[in-house]
Amino acid sequence: MEDKGIRIGVYVCHCGSNIAGTVDVKEVVEFAKGLPSVVVAKDYIYMCSEPGQNMLKEDIENHRLSRVVVAACSPRLHELTFRRACQEAGINPYLFQQANIREQCSWVTENSDSATEKAKALVAGAVRRVYYQEPLETREAPMNPNTLVIGGGIAGIQSALEIADSGHKVYLVETSPSIGGHMAQLDKTFPTLDCSSCILTPKMTLVSSHRYIELMTYSEVEEVTGYVGNFKVKIRKKARYVNQDKCTGCGVCQEKCPFKVDSEFDAGIGKRKVIYTPFPQAVPNVPVIDAQHCVYFLKGTCRACEKFCEAKAIDFDQKDELEEVEVGSIILATGYNVFDPSPLYQYRYGQLDNVITSLQFERMVNAAGPTGGKIVLKDGSTPESIAIFHCVGSRDENYHKYCSRVCCMHALKYSHLIKEKTGAEVYQMYIDMRCFGKGYEEFYKRLSEEGVYFIRGKVAEVTDRAVTKEEEGKLIVVGEDTLLPGVIRVPVDMVILCVALEPQPDVEAIARLFNISRGADGFFLERHPKLDPVATTTDGVFIVGCCQGPKDIPDSVVQASAAAARLLAMISKGRVEVEAATAEINEELCSGCRVCNNVCPFSAIAFDEEKKLSHINEVLCKGCGVCAAACPSGVISGKHFTTAQILAEIEGVLA
Amino acid sequence: MSFEPKIVGFLCNWCSYAGADLAGTSRMKYAPNVRVVRVMCSGRMDPTFVLKAFQRGADGVLVCGCHPGDCHYMEGNYKTARRISLLKRMLAQLGIEDERLRLEWVSASEGERFARIVDDMTKRIKELGPFAKQKVSGGQHAKA
Repeated sequence: MEDKGIRIGVYVCHCGSNIAGTVDVKEVVEFAKGLPSVVVAKDYIYMCSEPGQNMLKEDIENHRLSRVVVAACSPRLHELTFRRACQEAGINPYLFQQANIREQCSWVTENSDSATEKAKALVAGAVRRVYYQEPLETREAPMNPNTLVIGGGIAGIQSALEIADSGHKVYLVETSPSIGGHMAQLDKTFPTLDCSSCILTPKMTLVSSHRYIELMTYSEVEEVTGYVGNFKVKIRKKARYVNQDKCTGCGVCQEKCPFKVDSEFDAGIGKRKVIYTPFPQAVPNVPVIDAQHCVYFLKGTCRACEKFCEAKAIDFDQKDELEEVEVGSIILATGYNVFDPSPLYQYRYGQLDNVITSLQFERMVNAAGPTGGKIVLKDGSTPESIAIFHCVGSRDENYHKYCSRVCCMHALKYSHLIKEKTGAEVYQMYIDMRCFGKGYEEFYKRLSEEGVYFIRGKVAEVTDRAVTKEEEGKLIVVGEDTLLPGVIRVPVDMVILCVALEPQPDVEAIARLFNISRGADGFFLERHPKLDPVATTTDGVFIVGCCQGPKDIPDSVVQASAAAARLLAMISKGRVEVEAATAEINEELCSGCRVCNNVCPFSAIAFDEEKKLSHINEVLCKGCGVCAAACPSGVISGKHFTTAQILAEIEGVLA
Repeated sequence: MSFEPKIVGFLCNWCSYAGADLAGTSRMKYAPNVRVVRVMCSGRMDPTFVLKAFQRGADGVLVCGCHPGDCHYMEGNYKTARRISLLKRMLAQLGIEDERLRLEWVSASEGERFARIVDDMTKRIKELGPFAKQKVSGGQHAKA
């Protein structure tokens, strides 16, 4: 290796016993001292601590270091920390390299000798690589202060209001005709038994009247381009067939429409008209025509709604509209879907009457629901006994392995509401009671004292085959009480299945649209499970509420506010740092073959007809390096991942 | 001493490197034979990287990227898939066994999958024997 006066410092972190427990750090330090251009090598118990960083900074000055390698945890965790330390000590942050000897070495290797050997190889790779690293300037772009929030449930509403209250514009996009989300469907909320819509509707009204919120309901995002600070988003506003400016929300059209279909909002236990608002407090209070079921669209007749609309707001010729908005950041609050329990054949959902889902029960017990809040059986009578099954589709190897987090608590809430409204006997068929939140354990205790039966065990089946006289005409819950010996049979009038919360059916398409990852459970993946639960791997795209994983209302609100705070920090700074590690073409050597023009997924490379050369637009380049690998002349260098740097690292890890 | 193969792993930053980190945070144990080189996208994979690794004594090369359709840069992994299959044809002509170069998709949540792939590849290469020995005896090797 030629010496260009390059002086490298190597620092090996113990990370307490996380690294030093497996890797012989002293041996790695001794090894590092013998590597070319290394002038100092040390170990320290916690490199990321303040004394650790100070040691680094002092050494940079005392030993006149020009390059730094830290062998520690994953660069995904502390690369920024050490880059900053280097910068503070006067070295360009891109002259730093981190060797991952924790996540990819000490934690995954049992044998201490092989872990030490591997650590040495990784350090050698980093040292050789850093030799070829070049200083780069971080670039900044202006931050567009507008925000796009996708999803109008409680999480999206909360984020939108927090940001808009600061006087910055928010576009709130919701796919259904009204905002409100699942929270609008609920009756009471646990554990306080607040009326759900009483606490939600004031917020919905605030959204619709807020001068800084532009609400786009019945709309979907179609295309996203750009990068943090400067996104361009195409939104499709689906045709409502009702002129939003003319409609007064009087509701006559809904009264006069002669056709009814199952209501999505009532989870299939109620009906709605074909021209409808999902629920009376809908925001905006403007109906839509369901063209799939409207007789005018199907057969060309009827037009009753048009006839009776005094405001002349019905417009059968309305078309979808495309609108493009420019925003600096995006919050995804796309929520969850409820699990369909039909595949769990043993519970007979959809086959036996009075086996319903938790969401259907919410609608039934809601005063604005199809039964006016009465808990009734299919024949109209009041049930005398009800069984509630926990973990239907959750904590189940065949469906979702995770816990849906809200079911134990809403099952307790149902017990209370059932007792209050009907006095029926309630059986909770649970696996474990998980009452972890504030006031939740106390609520559990209270319900235990209200005379609810708790039976521990997963239900085997629901059947209508009676073996005794008392079982006749009942749903018989057959299972095992794991706290008592033998099989139990419980005859009840109604079964409520507490179904899992699962990712939305279009979660995959949304993840691709916004270029974010999903976890093994299918929900969107946060940047860090503990320290960065609202950001994603795409800068400027945040996730809040149940689209990140099942959670209750307080947790959704907390996350929504957290994302808003993160975003406001970016807005108030006014600028965003953009990738410095872009690609660059050596124009002297470019042959103008245009191979790179077509491989770039971001159309960042254009051909200069005059010079007959290709040119990279650094603002559009995201630094993937695909062009650098494709260039047949080898004259495109992916900054910070140059061919020389990568080849040096390969040599290092194999030395 | 038994033969411990050296494998160079090229992992994309967004999916596979994060997946390998997850294997670590979950304390999954796997063969210590892989040395990881991080690239931003598997699409950065220049065939010379693979040849360089073999030339410098690697017994195997593992390339991991995001699953099809999940690439952080939209379609870099498709380009890798094509490049690797072309490169495999060339390696075959040079007498290098197919199993010495492996392309796998590992997402950020697939720590276990990454660990399993490394274990499996290590086992197979142990069966194949060292690459360097082949160089000495057969003289069929790649010069990058």
